[in-house]
Amino acid sequence: MRNKISIKSLLDAVTVPADWVGLREVYESNTPRMIRDGVPVSNGHYSTHGAMVEVLVNGQFGYFGTPDLSQSGIELAAKKAYDQAKAASKYALHHFTDEVRPKNIGRYSSPFEKDLRSISAKELNMLLLDAYNNLKVSDKIVSASSLANVIQTNFHYVSSNGSDVAQDFLMLEFDLSATAVDGQNQQTRTFGGMRGTCRQAGMEFLDQMEILAQANKIGEQALELLDADETPAGEMDIVIAPDQMMLQIHESIGHALEVDRILGDERNYAGWSFVKPEDFGNLQYGSKLMNVTFDPTVSSEFASYAYDDGGLKAEREYLIKEGILVRGLGGKESQVRSGIDGVANFRASSWNRAPIDRMANINLEPGDSSFDDIIGSVEKGIYVESNRSWSIDDYRNKFQFGCEYGKLIENGKLTKTIKNPNYRGISNPFWNSLKMVGNGDTNGIYGTPNCGKGEPNQVIRVGHASPLCLFENVQVFGGA
Amino acid sequence: MEIKFKNISEVIYSHLKKDELLTLSFTGEESQFIRLNNAKIRQTGLVHDADIHMKMIANGRTCTGSFTLSGNDDMDTKRAGVEIERMRLESTQILEDPYLIIPEGSGSSREIKNSNGLNFKDAVDAILPAVQGVDFVGILSNGKMYRGNSNSLGQEHWFETESFSLDYSLVATNHQMVKGTFAGTDWDQNEYEGYLKQSKKKLELMELSPVKLETGNYKTWFEPAAVSDFLSMFSWNGISEASIQQGCSGFGKMRNENVRLSSKFSISEDFSLGLVPKFNSDGEVSAEELKIISSGELKNTLISSRTANEYNRTSNFAESGEYLRSPFMEPGSLDQSDVLKQIDKGLYLSNIHYLNWSDNPNGRITGLTRYACFWVENSEIVGPINTMRFDDSFYNYFGDNLLAVGNKTEFIPNTSTYGNREIGGTTCPGILADSFALTL
Repeated sequence: MRNKISIKSLLDAVTVPADWVGLREVYESNTPRMIRDGVPVSNGHYSTHGAMVEVLVNGQFGYFGTPDLSQSGIELAAKKAYDQAKAASKYALHHFTDEVRPKNIGRYSSPFEKDLRSISAKELNMLLLDAYNNLKVSDKIVSASSLANVIQTNFHYVSSNGSDVAQDFLMLEFDLSATAVDGQNQQTRTFGGMRGTCRQAGMEFLDQMEILAQANKIGEQALELLDADETPAGEMDIVIAPDQMMLQIHESIGHALEVDRILGDERNYAGWSFVKPEDFGNLQYGSKLMNVTFDPTVSSEFASYAYDDGGLKAEREYLIKEGILVRGLGGKESQVRSGIDGVANFRASSWNRAPIDRMANINLEPGDSSFDDIIGSVEKGIYVESNRSWSIDDYRNKFQFGCEYGKLIENGKLTKTIKNPNYRGISNPFWNSLKMVGNGDTNGIYGTPNCGKGEPNQVIRVGHASPLCLFENVQVFGGA
Repeated sequence: MEIKFKNISEVIYSHLKKDELLTLSFTGEESQFIRLNNAKIRQTGLVHDADIHMKMIANGRTCTGSFTLSGNDDMDTKRAGVEIERMRLESTQILEDPYLIIPEGSGSSREIKNSNGLNFKDAVDAILPAVQGVDFVGILSNGKMYRGNSNSLGQEHWFETESFSLDYSLVATNHQMVKGTFAGTDWDQNEYEGYLKQSKKKLELMELSPVKLETGNYKTWFEPAAVSDFLSMFSWNGISEASIQQGCSGFGKMRNENVRLSSKFSISEDFSLGLVPKFNSDGEVSAEELKIISSGELKNTLISSRTANEYNRTSNFAESGEYLRSPFMEPGSLDQSDVLKQIDKGLYLSNIHYLNWSDNPNGRITGLTRYACFWVENSEIVGPINTMRFDDSFYNYFGDNLLAVGNKTEFIPNTSTYGNREIGGTTCPGILADSFALTL
């Protein structure tokens, strides 16, 4: 339940002698429903509601996250934030001005056709149960589950220099999962890997026919993997489907380009970056086929928005153009600290965390090769789908990713199914080995609800769209 | 906070109808965060948060919900009433739950740990002067944390603690780093400055020329912080009984094929340190100690009451996620002063990073070296190593390849702050493995 409040009135009541004051109210509810092995394991509705008061004193920001949205509560929070900022200002890393909180007024509503009330708890339980029944294609499927989580989020940000931004989101995370077991051979297949199927959408996204067909396919593929050959080890070509490209982009481009990482803020937690400030405009990040955008304007992608949490208007920008690094993922604070061109990506996970540089939608733009062109060009290699394991070093160099499902490619054709496909590499040479980029027909839109970063820690939603891609001479290997 | 929780609980229970059962759990904090980079303050602020989680059993169904406690009684009562009505309605719509956990009304507890912590207004001047002159990056998390639980049958639990954690890295000019975590309940300025001096001393070693290693297998000493990271993987598709039953656990070999780890390896869930509450979110109270692996043999998995109902096992009142809440690994006999001698030629790893299962059924975990990791030759440190990826099975380094276990345990605090500050941590020693696979 969201209590309507006037945060503009609350802001007007703040009396601390700060150089700037901002107030960001966040309400969010998650409504997860999940059926596992034929029975309900989640029917919940979890909400959070509060506000972050932020003040600027002597060039230092201080904040107070509070659930108390009364006038006295906000006034007290502002006083405490003021004291924090003042005490810290003598050790400020950078003396900011309100230039980093630009004035903007606007609204955003994510696109949807059917709201949450258009499907009852009973109907959704039954849909998920039907999906479970379609996943359970054999007794060798020892566990299967279907999940839908509906997220409603409302942001309202106002500031003493005149910003007034309201943004409303309706989002869906959907997953299907089947685990087949034969002795120690355990194989799990999901709908896009690691909750990759997530969108800004309404209940129209829950298309029953599509869900049931997907469930059946996922169950069958889990079973198929039990009898599949192990992935061969060696250096070979790899064709990566969009639901794994999502993770490849996220880990080896997105995090590496976050300017706060490049400036060292994250060195004690997520890490630094192999990218240096002088690389912008110069570094050949990948092959000439590589075009990567920060694009918060893609309709229905998971992390679309109109303004970031510092009030900066969000626009599509190239990060990498024809393989050359041109722009970083840095909000206004990072831009003034570093001098590096950035984007509107200063975002917080909720009212109880301060904004930092985050990804939004980071997309690899389509090229001009068809699916058949790409597979047909490979003499010996593998094709992989859906992430199941991910790890990369603190400079975003050495990565290793595992996928759920693979196929051998022999003489330009997809042949046998293979299990436990893994590959590893180093980001910069890997992206320079990008040989073919699929056209729009091969493009897929995915995302992740679980991107972790920051101190204190924050989980945020990001979107990634990518076509099918071919990389050459990659180290691949299987299990055991 | 305790009074607030009691008051709202009473209001909520008064809304219940006959045959409705309700369990409430409470998570709250009053925290200060100071984030540092290059020995300066990057961001700072305070967070007050309090959430009520509700689990209703009605009509053979389980419904859950949560809301933020605003501190305004009228508003919070309204929020609670709306949630109760929603769950009541849903209990007539959703599918029946055959594995209901019916709350019980036996046993209550109250544990309040008072301490002489670091005052919020003193924190900047306590922390910052001592770190000037070094490239210091990290975060201070400081303040009170609260956990509560009650149910409509009268059971009540309360746990309250105050603590600080300064989780930091010192960075050498060649970008090599040293990790430190100064954490506790009572602030002692001299102890803090002494701890920092030790880190600075370690940083001098990082200025040695880095060693570039080839991939391959190496004799390796893991400091307790690195061992703690390996043990944390047991809580993710590992020690959970539900994971084993559902075919996604790395412990299947121990359960189904009677594979044993080294006789030198023992781990238990041990609540005797009192760092975390013994009650779980259903209000069930765990035993003081639960043996998990003893002398290499799997003795118990973590079994929640729901898993027990579903798979016909006996609950040991694990949390619903069946993760380790207070792990303790037994020390062995290797003295810290003998570690370099015992390595002779190999690796000394202080910390590891970004772990993930690369082959879960076979116990294989991949990750990277990070922070103070050294190459050792002739029982002496030669220099820090460049970052290397590893990919090896815990059935090897906690199994046949486990040469020795350190004779002292260390408490590695849980510094996670996703959503809210976590409490507790892992107590474990270091280990020496005969072989450890570096792959990239």
